[in-house]
Amino acid sequence: MTTGVGPLVRFDRVVKRYGDHVVLDELDFTVRRGEHVTLIGPSGSGKTTILRLLMTLEKVSDGVIWVDGSPLSHVRAANGSLKPAGEKQLRESRKKIGMVFQQFNLFPNMKVLQNITEAPVSVLGMDRDEAESRARELLDLVGLAGKTDAHPSQLSGGQQQRVAIARALAMRPEILLLDEVTSALDPELVAGVLDLLSDIARSTDITMLCVTHEMNFARDVSEKVLMFDAGRVVESGTPEKIFSDPEHERTREFLAAVL
Amino acid sequence: MNGFDWNAAGDALPLLLEGFRVTLLATVLGTLVAAVLGLAVAVAGRAPSRLVTLPVRAVTEFVRSTPLLVQLVGAAAVFSSVEPLTVGVVVLGVHYAAYTSEVYRAGIDGVPRGQWEAARALSLPARRTWQAVILPQAVRNVLPALGNYAVSMFKETPFLAVITVQEMVFEARRYGAEHFAYTEAFTLAGLVFLVASYPTSLLMRKLEKRLGH
Ligand SMILES: Nc1ncnc2c1ncn2[C@@H]1O[C@H](COP(=O)(O)OP(=O)(O)O)[C@@H](O)[C@H]1O
Ligand SMILES: [Mg+2]
Repeated sequence: MTTGVGPLVRFDRVVKRYGDHVVLDELDFTVRRGEHVTLIGPSGSGKTTILRLLMTLEKVSDGVIWVDGSPLSHVRAANGSLKPAGEKQLRESRKKIGMVFQQFNLFPNMKVLQNITEAPVSVLGMDRDEAESRARELLDLVGLAGKTDAHPSQLSGGQQQRVAIARALAMRPEILLLDEVTSALDPELVAGVLDLLSDIARSTDITMLCVTHEMNFARDVSEKVLMFDAGRVVESGTPEKIFSDPEHERTREFLAAVL
Repeated sequence: MNGFDWNAAGDALPLLLEGFRVTLLATVLGTLVAAVLGLAVAVAGRAPSRLVTLPVRAVTEFVRSTPLLVQLVGAAAVFSSVEPLTVGVVVLGVHYAAYTSEVYRAGIDGVPRGQWEAARALSLPARRTWQAVILPQAVRNVLPALGNYAVSMFKETPFLAVITVQEMVFEARRYGAEHFAYTEAFTLAGLVFLVASYPTSLLMRKLEKRLGH
């Protein structure tokens, strides 16, 4: 089903409801392969929900998310219609996608190295030696070469988030989801993590969807900015366009509040 | 009553210690059964299918709402050809599993949601998520509570005397009857329990501290 042409990610009239509360309202947007997209918008506008749907941590209420031409969380029934996928297929879908969380969510019972090797070994079936040597390379990349045997609790927030980034990269995701990954960090640790992410954006072909309030970072790294409000895309465009010359009043208000 | 007979006490001691070995053995094996079975029950209680969760809940509810003594006597009657100690250990283990499963359940609930989500985001299979991520954290959180149940079980082992397991209180009663020295035999048995329990609870408190509770 790999098509290569067409968008890598396509939200097709995606609806997400919690009870009566409509969080995403027939949302449509696309992301090209290799693109770095920043999602901005006021708190509660549905940004986290979008990433969680893509990570299959939540189920869509309606509509379809397409990844690389295949439905992410649906399977085709015999009559050609789409029905919700089972856990096994969801696990397959997830392999292409990695996520870094605001609160890091490292496994506190494992040392740093095992945090990174766990999934390559138990999901990809990589042998332990290879997984470990790759983990060391990744720790080197994120600037934590000496910390293989540390426990997460012995690391600063910034270091923990670097490990979480290395852990996500170890699965060689095609798509990396970043949900306000610096908002739980002490201010002096933010720049280092953002620099690391810029490096990764420049030096890899990983497609990134990034929720952030760091507008300079968004300007540096992304080719496209999507402005959300109330579960819909208010406007989208290059960072230059959105930040310097927004079309919509709602965007102007939002930017005035955060910049 | 003509005072405490120290000679009788000294006389009874070797017999009681013999019984104490059985007491300890029953406690250790019973705790093992309770620890393993309780964990299995807690995990099964989270199964997606009601075909699993409903029977598991019914059985634990039954075990919890009937007295240990009744369970012991009932099991001994049903399994009359099985060695009493074996029956005793299994009944103790099953009885306590109904409680330790609750402890584990709380421990599992105490693992932050972000841990499940991180495991899912890495596509870890369910089995690995439990083994490598959830249970190590849950068990660590509940070790002190499990230890407390082990101590309770220890103090309930005298019930095993009812189904003729020759643990310490069984021996104390026998000695008391043969030598008309109940007071001495039971006082001594009580002391042995005290001497064994006290360091154990100190140890438990140390463990709790180390785990940061
Ligand atoms: N599990 C949930 N149950 C009910 N409502 C939820 C849940 N998760 C998110 N929401 C609601 O969905 C809306 C969008 O949330 P979210 O995607 O976290 O927004 P953002 O990340 O843009 O701040 C909010 O109104 C939030 O209260
Ligand atoms: Mg959010």
